[in-house]
Amino acid sequence: MDASQAQNRTYLGMPLARPRVAFFELSSCEGCQLQIVNNEANLLDFLSLVTVVNFREAMTEKSDAYDIAFVEGSVTRADEIERLAVIRKNAKVLVAFGSCACFGGVTQLKNRFKDPAWVKKQVYGDRSIQTNDTARPLEDFVSVDLRIYGCPVKKEEVEKIVTHVVLGRSIVQPKYPVCMECKENENTCLFDLGEPCLGPVTRGGCDSWCPNSRFGCWGCRGPAEDANVGQLQVIMKQYGFTEETLLDRLECFGGFAKDAEQLRTNMKLSPRRHEGTK
Amino acid sequence: MKSTRTIDIHHITRVEGHGNISITVKDGRLIEARWEVVETPRFFEAMLVGKKWENAPWISGRICGICSIGHTLASIRAVENAFGIVPDEQTASLRLLLKHMETLQSHVLHLYFLAAPDFLNVGSVFPLINSHPDVVQRAAKIKQLANDLCDCVGGRRMHPTRTVVGGFTMLPEKKELVRFKERLNEIKTDLLDTAELFRSFAIPDFSRETEFVSLQGNGAYPFIGGNLVSSDGVVKKEQEYAAMTNEYLVEQSTSKWSHLSRPSFAVGALARLNNNFALLNPAAQEVSVSFGLKPINHNPYMNNIAQLVECVHVVLDSLRLIDELLGMSWKKPRHPAVPKAGIGVGAVEVPRGILYHCYEFDDEGRIVRCDCVIPTSQNHANIQHDLSALAEQCASQGKQDREIELLAQMLVRSYDPCISCSVH
Repeated sequence: MDASQAQNRTYLGMPLARPRVAFFELSSCEGCQLQIVNNEANLLDFLSLVTVVNFREAMTEKSDAYDIAFVEGSVTRADEIERLAVIRKNAKVLVAFGSCACFGGVTQLKNRFKDPAWVKKQVYGDRSIQTNDTARPLEDFVSVDLRIYGCPVKKEEVEKIVTHVVLGRSIVQPKYPVCMECKENENTCLFDLGEPCLGPVTRGGCDSWCPNSRFGCWGCRGPAEDANVGQLQVIMKQYGFTEETLLDRLECFGGFAKDAEQLRTNMKLSPRRHEGTK
Repeated sequence: MKSTRTIDIHHITRVEGHGNISITVKDGRLIEARWEVVETPRFFEAMLVGKKWENAPWISGRICGICSIGHTLASIRAVENAFGIVPDEQTASLRLLLKHMETLQSHVLHLYFLAAPDFLNVGSVFPLINSHPDVVQRAAKIKQLANDLCDCVGGRRMHPTRTVVGGFTMLPEKKELVRFKERLNEIKTDLLDTAELFRSFAIPDFSRETEFVSLQGNGAYPFIGGNLVSSDGVVKKEQEYAAMTNEYLVEQSTSKWSHLSRPSFAVGALARLNNNFALLNPAAQEVSVSFGLKPINHNPYMNNIAQLVECVHVVLDSLRLIDELLGMSWKKPRHPAVPKAGIGVGAVEVPRGILYHCYEFDDEGRIVRCDCVIPTSQNHANIQHDLSALAEQCASQGKQDREIELLAQMLVRSYDPCISCSVH
């Protein structure tokens, strides 16, 4: 872990840069950061690739001199915009870490309500509380260099991407859908098991994590390239799923926000049916 | 010499979420000690309104990255209680096994990665990789076993994929469970070594009498459902949780606070142990007694030791559960849910204390009202009262700022707070 060891590391005979990395969290469950610590088998190897200089959830020491900043969570309050701007200034590479940072994640579910005052009142009653009307992804406020998708992020994918950054290789995200990985894993199709699934339209790279457990995809990684949501809607209807079921999945993590908005408009659905009664 | 000193800790480290400590001492007397929760609210209780029941466990599990399994199980229990579904023995045993392994991974994460660095005079677990490699490897080994078994039963260690209303989407292979039995037997020694390590630590000597709230064990150390009990003698039914938590708003916190018979109460491993000591596995009891931890213990720093005791308990109980599961012939993993109008409450002991999810449904199974009461939000008031008492004691003893700062942070860390969870 010390500096002399770091200088001695080589790859194919070339000295290896050992980037200083920092982890930050905005509005989130801090689960994506925890996935790093959850990677017990390769944690030490991973830590030998980088120098962790800022990781509040795990360490007291901190430094503002870092090369790569992993930022988890969405932006939901004014002070987070300021914190994010400082991180952007300090970091050479800013990584949107997980679905909340990439698309708003589950935190953007509050955005579907048209009346932000109602949202606040539902939790805090008449007490005033500081919060932005909508939960937004990082890219709405700063430029983002790299995105790691998933709720939660998959530790193997994080390792692969970080290794590529360290080695200076380019990073190519999968363009194909989860459905392809699911077929490769020889799973029974979730539709045939009577389960709804966004596998046909969601960006792959998770190795069909949820469908492997006979649990349909909820689209946490956002759309695959050329995702045909219209066709999925037709298929889901053929299998007897309601539009509401499709909408629940499309709007869950924010990656399909536009499709969800469109569908909700078509359905003439009020996001909170019980507002008037409670 | 007259002087005013202020200790300000902005965003305390090695805890989940964002909280601040501020202590002001003037002429050796405490002026004010404050525990502030500054986490951003995410509004889960509003988010779920209008959603169908099947969304609830999947979305509300994301309140917390560390105890997502506990949130998922509390949510499922609330839905099942509302619809009148009683899980069969197979599902109940698998859920408890999954719960045990979350408890183990979370406690080990806290004990080794978050708490131990204070006792070993380092700022994080990272320097220990070189100075105490055996300690780090042991922590990783126990945590990995717990997480691997969570993957096996729940489909995934974080935000599980197989846990659904009515049971599981699929079941683990029995031969996998046999292999985990071997690994669980192996780590018994590692847990005894963990106890040795913690025996070498000086647990701060501080006590303040308080009330402890947990599930009430009925023949077994409690984790999922049942009556609610307090060390001051209050007993309530699960569905009466609101009378146990009495949430209110305070200026210094974006999380709600709670009270019961006194201005504050505590939940968590120490509360569970204080209220249910006789139901712990005898070997776990033995470890507890070896640390002088017997009910009712009022030293909040002993929550660390109570977590250690629970690690021993859940490993031994998991071995029992696996034997029980191996003796069953696998039945259908999942029973269909038929929604109906009504209210359901799910109370589950998650690593940091008792957690409640409550949903009201319309007749199509859409959520009309949602309420989640988080262990750490129940602990905030108790942390505040402990912090004031601790700071006062330190000031009167003429302790230096650095020592007060360390003791205050260790106090907050002892609760293993999950702050973003408490605000949700």
